[in-house]
Amino acid sequence: MNLKLKIWRQKDAHDKGRFEEYHVENVSEGSSFLEMLDILNNDLIHAGKEPIAFDHDCREGICGMCSLFIDGRAHGPDDDITTCQLHMRKFKDGDTITIEPWRSRAFPVVKDLVVDRSAYDKILQAGGYISVNTGGVPDANAIPIPKKDADESMDAAACIGCGACVATCKNGSAMLFVAARVSSLALLPQGKVEAARRAKAMVAKMDELGFGGCTNTGACEAECPKGISIAHIARLNREFLCAKLKD
Amino acid sequence: MSKLWSSSIGKKLVMSLSGLFLLVFLLVHLVANLFFYGGEDAYNAMCEFMDTNPVIQVMVPVLAAGFVIHIAWATAITLKNQTARPVKYKVQDLCASSTWESRNMYVLGIIILGVLAWHLTDFWSHMQLQHFIGGEAVNNPYELLIQTFANPIVSILYMVWIIALWFHLRHGFWSAFQTVGLNNQVWIRRWQCAARLYALIVAVGFISIPIAVLILAIFGK
Repeated sequence: MNLKLKIWRQKDAHDKGRFEEYHVENVSEGSSFLEMLDILNNDLIHAGKEPIAFDHDCREGICGMCSLFIDGRAHGPDDDITTCQLHMRKFKDGDTITIEPWRSRAFPVVKDLVVDRSAYDKILQAGGYISVNTGGVPDANAIPIPKKDADESMDAAACIGCGACVATCKNGSAMLFVAARVSSLALLPQGKVEAARRAKAMVAKMDELGFGGCTNTGACEAECPKGISIAHIARLNREFLCAKLKD
Repeated sequence: MSKLWSSSIGKKLVMSLSGLFLLVFLLVHLVANLFFYGGEDAYNAMCEFMDTNPVIQVMVPVLAAGFVIHIAWATAITLKNQTARPVKYKVQDLCASSTWESRNMYVLGIIILGVLAWHLTDFWSHMQLQHFIGGEAVNNPYELLIQTFANPIVSILYMVWIIALWFHLRHGFWSAFQTVGLNNQVWIRRWQCAARLYALIVAVGFISIPIAVLILAIFGK
């Protein structure tokens, strides 16, 4: 298939940036979106031009590195996948595809399609962990956890921190990310100890970093490659409000 | 409680609680309006009760405060959220991932507020307000209702207003419960279903009256 691409090019964080048009030919329907960009970059390198910078790592949908806002949607026109799992069969021959970086005040563009998502790390550093004493590995079944809680915690823990929720939210809100972290820990006995402090610290950091507020549109859940439910946001609200009321 | 009200979730809590209060008010208002179907005497008696009942009179300033708080916080939240994405997308397709009303709550709110101002001058200023300021309230509120809605332009504007309210409630109702944390993976579908039902009942209830008046005006009694 032959495609026309409109891609955001930006030299560095200070550059104003602009869209540039590219043509790729003879792309296999079976190739992934990132492989299509590899082919384009190969052509650009051979032509002595600067290749397009984009984030990627595992290319199997679990590392959370790939991003890209493709034709108006985070991770492109398919559900429950990351960009690296998007295949070219989702497009038609002759299509024009617009590729943009995540847009958020908290995720500044570093170069082309690469954004700085260290704001997520800062939120995690504020409280997205449990404090444990080091030592021998505890017995796996020493603390019994109801199956329902373990399942729900695991669903929330599936978050790969890719930033699609922020990218797609009309308010650029990081609530689904924070909710997933808070929920996955608050459901487990090990996480309950610091639950109140965690919710307060992570929300305060999220607000400080310039993310918008949640208006419950649910777009984050729809575009999340791991399908994390906004019901976790309700738990975050509950945890946060209860913690604040007890202060 | 430190910094609760300045946090993003705290601001949404204000929206949620004021919104829930306004949801209750709408139901009371709807029940009052439905006295129209009881005939002239029943409707006028209800208006008399509403205008003179001390509980209602105490609640009027509280209600006004509820509206002001809901609108003021919505404006502050919307302006703050606008700053979270300084560079907009060239192409953004949110239709696949969220409902139209959830993305346009503030616009719907502005429509509702705009027509509310007109609505208050049309009815409330001739009725309950006169009791507050010691003026002379309209003798026959039923007659005022019939005269107002017999004008098709007024009726159509009123219906457009209620349709905006309908969409606002379809999202606002369940969103309020989500914000206070009364939600989980089972209840989210139930709240959304209840929101659609509540919004439909309110919208149909309010809209049915101008339609009934217009039908009466066209086909006679």
